[in-house]
Amino acid sequence: MSTLSTSSSSKPLWARYKPAIHFRNAAEEFDACKLGFWLFLTTEVLLFGGIFCAYFIFRTLYPDAWKEGSGLLDWRFGAGNTVVLLLSSYTMAVSIYCIQKDQQFRAQLNLIATLFFGALFLYIKLAYEYIPKWSVGKRPGSMFDYPFAESAHLPLWWSVYYCGTAIHAAHVIIGMILIARVLWRTTKRHYGPTHYTMVEITGLYWHLVDLIWIFLFPLLYLIH
Amino acid sequence: MAHTADTHHGDGHHGSYLERKGGIIATIFDWATTVDHKKIGVMYLFAILFMFFLGGVAALAVRYELLVPVTIDPNTGQVQGQFLAALFGSDQPTSVSPGNNIYNRMFTLHGAIMVFMVIVPSIPASLGNFLLPLMLGAKDVAFPRLNLLSWYIYVFGSIFAVSSIILGGVDTGWTFYTPYSATTDAGHPKVVLMVLGAFILGFSSILTGLNFVVTVHKLRAPGMGWFDMPLFVWAIYSSAIIQVLATPVIGITLLLLVFERVLGIGIFDPARGGDPVLYQHFFWFYSHPVVYVMILPGMGVISDVLAVQAHKKIFGYRAIAFASLGIAAVSFIVWGHHMFTSMSELASTVFSALTFLVAIPTAVKVFNWIGTLYKGSIAFNTPMVYTLMFLFLFSIGGLTGLPLGTLATDLHLHDSYFVVAHFHYVMMGGTIVALMAGIHHWWPKMFGKMYNETAGILGAVIVFIGFNLTFLTQFLLGTQGMPRRYASYVPEFQYLHELSTYGSWILLVGFLIHLFNFLASLAVGKKAPANPWGGMTMEWVADSPPTEHNFHGDPVCTHGPYDFDRVVPPHWDPKDYPLPAPEAGGRPMVAHSPDKHD
Repeated sequence: MSTLSTSSSSKPLWARYKPAIHFRNAAEEFDACKLGFWLFLTTEVLLFGGIFCAYFIFRTLYPDAWKEGSGLLDWRFGAGNTVVLLLSSYTMAVSIYCIQKDQQFRAQLNLIATLFFGALFLYIKLAYEYIPKWSVGKRPGSMFDYPFAESAHLPLWWSVYYCGTAIHAAHVIIGMILIARVLWRTTKRHYGPTHYTMVEITGLYWHLVDLIWIFLFPLLYLIH
Repeated sequence: MAHTADTHHGDGHHGSYLERKGGIIATIFDWATTVDHKKIGVMYLFAILFMFFLGGVAALAVRYELLVPVTIDPNTGQVQGQFLAALFGSDQPTSVSPGNNIYNRMFTLHGAIMVFMVIVPSIPASLGNFLLPLMLGAKDVAFPRLNLLSWYIYVFGSIFAVSSIILGGVDTGWTFYTPYSATTDAGHPKVVLMVLGAFILGFSSILTGLNFVVTVHKLRAPGMGWFDMPLFVWAIYSSAIIQVLATPVIGITLLLLVFERVLGIGIFDPARGGDPVLYQHFFWFYSHPVVYVMILPGMGVISDVLAVQAHKKIFGYRAIAFASLGIAAVSFIVWGHHMFTSMSELASTVFSALTFLVAIPTAVKVFNWIGTLYKGSIAFNTPMVYTLMFLFLFSIGGLTGLPLGTLATDLHLHDSYFVVAHFHYVMMGGTIVALMAGIHHWWPKMFGKMYNETAGILGAVIVFIGFNLTFLTQFLLGTQGMPRRYASYVPEFQYLHELSTYGSWILLVGFLIHLFNFLASLAVGKKAPANPWGGMTMEWVADSPPTEHNFHGDPVCTHGPYDFDRVVPPHWDPKDYPLPAPEAGGRPMVAHSPDKHD
């Protein structure tokens, strides 16, 4: 949907954008893209729904393992990462606003900040959580090798923890790739007040990534 | 594509979508990179028919193995009657297990291919892709590039699944139930490949569904309200919603199954506190709604074909449209009936009661179709024969679902050939028969050529006979206690099994007749008129085959999809077919409004 006319080359790319021919106008195309993406976000929520469902079933079956497991997580790293992701959602939202106002430089700065926060989230996750835990044997299922486990079903807790957070982390990485693409295209003036579909959609995706963490954080770290 | 139609419009801008773009390499490149929904629909059709052939070969192999029971010679200790083992040159005639292994792989192959690669995408991805924008008066689906991506994901996923066959095949059954699927062929990648194949195919399904929902919402022609849409569109819309809402759940389920197999995470492993029944719940939370992804588009095809071939306004338009949505809604709350034997009595009773709800919207549809036929001027041609076949076979399939949904009778019938016969009557007698009706009905539109009607009807009748011989016998086998998924049986069952196997050969003959009929049509078929059956919906306004952007100018919707009683069909030519007689006291016929800019 990036049909660009070659005439009137003095205008920036976003001003020369023409919607795909099967749409009647750009507004209809924008609406269609947003509707499609909201549907896609629904599928993402349902995908994580499976993980949450497994979490609640095993929490009901093995409350001891779940109590012990969440006690082994440090809430400060979880909370820190929550703050990092919330900040990144803020900078993402600001960058969409800036694009709508044609403030290209500020939009780029905010996109870079979003990327930075995304990377910071992954760094905290990896350096302070995954690696230290994995190395002392707090691993999922058959790989579990933690000598001080009290509950017999602690490996299952780690299975749910790793599946949930790793699939979430994969979404963070995909989101960062999308943001990097938007950032690169911003430098070419692809987006502006009359055409910012991809920026908006990337923002929606990033907010979903944030939102899923907002649910994962209390379920895994806070409630015992 | 060798069947490129030669069309002469005298207007260079409005060539057929099948027109060649240069030489053979350029043509292949053009098709491989096309974002035209018509070409993608045709590519899906050929890919699906190829997979149907593969799955059909596996089905024939399964039936061939069951022709006679396996016996062991008491004197020599040699195994007799294992046809597949003999076919694949097994060198252990004293043991039944190699032959049984081949049999298990064959029925898994048959099930997995037919469900994930044929029936789920069959009608939506091929006919749906081709027809949805045409019926809505649009130039394309909402996201054409995403549409092409869906096709490539489909092919990619199919390659994953088929590669597991080349590595020796999977013996889990198409449902991949744990703990067996997590442990069988340990250390070998083929089960993971098959499961990942199904996971990838799910993405193709999600993206197609998402595309169709947005297309229906946003790209209807001016003047087309929701209740001016053809019922095929309603059905595709309903099934697209299920695809979007159910498929992600199988995505996470299959992903967890792969983690279970590769990393041993234990979520489905009772030894680690996991629950294999949880897998079944997750699996059927997707796979039951998907049963309606399979059948709803078939019902849509039948609604359209029936009204057009009977040249009569469909009876109960809104009832059929809402029944589609009703089936889609109910489909999400009945999954438990696949696990009656592994749930509490209360849960089973609730799921049993909910299951019966499905019968209501389904019966609404069937009665409305029969009401439509009443006093219609019915054309006796291949689409109509297949439509009538659908009414018979699908009704049998639906009604035999009731004893399976009833707890007391299910206890006797579950996991027997009764179940096998039931879902073949619904899946094949429903979806595949509807697909055949649809392919014949829209064949002139898709390729601009007519097929041979006599050969088509002959093929349809042979398929009908073969189908009933194959599967009616299986109802009897099931009630007598023949369990499903066994490579052999007690000699008492041989007579019915033999009949069933002969039936599968007759089915093969029927489908081969259709195949040759299609090939002959592409090679030497008569040129099709734009509206061979006298349809009212927008696709019959377009040329046969349609131009690259479907219509000349922007079409406007001026009448309902089945207003046979008051509008002369587009491109009507008295030479092609007579107009239906106007109803007594009805309004006079008015001319079909041409395109705005034609």
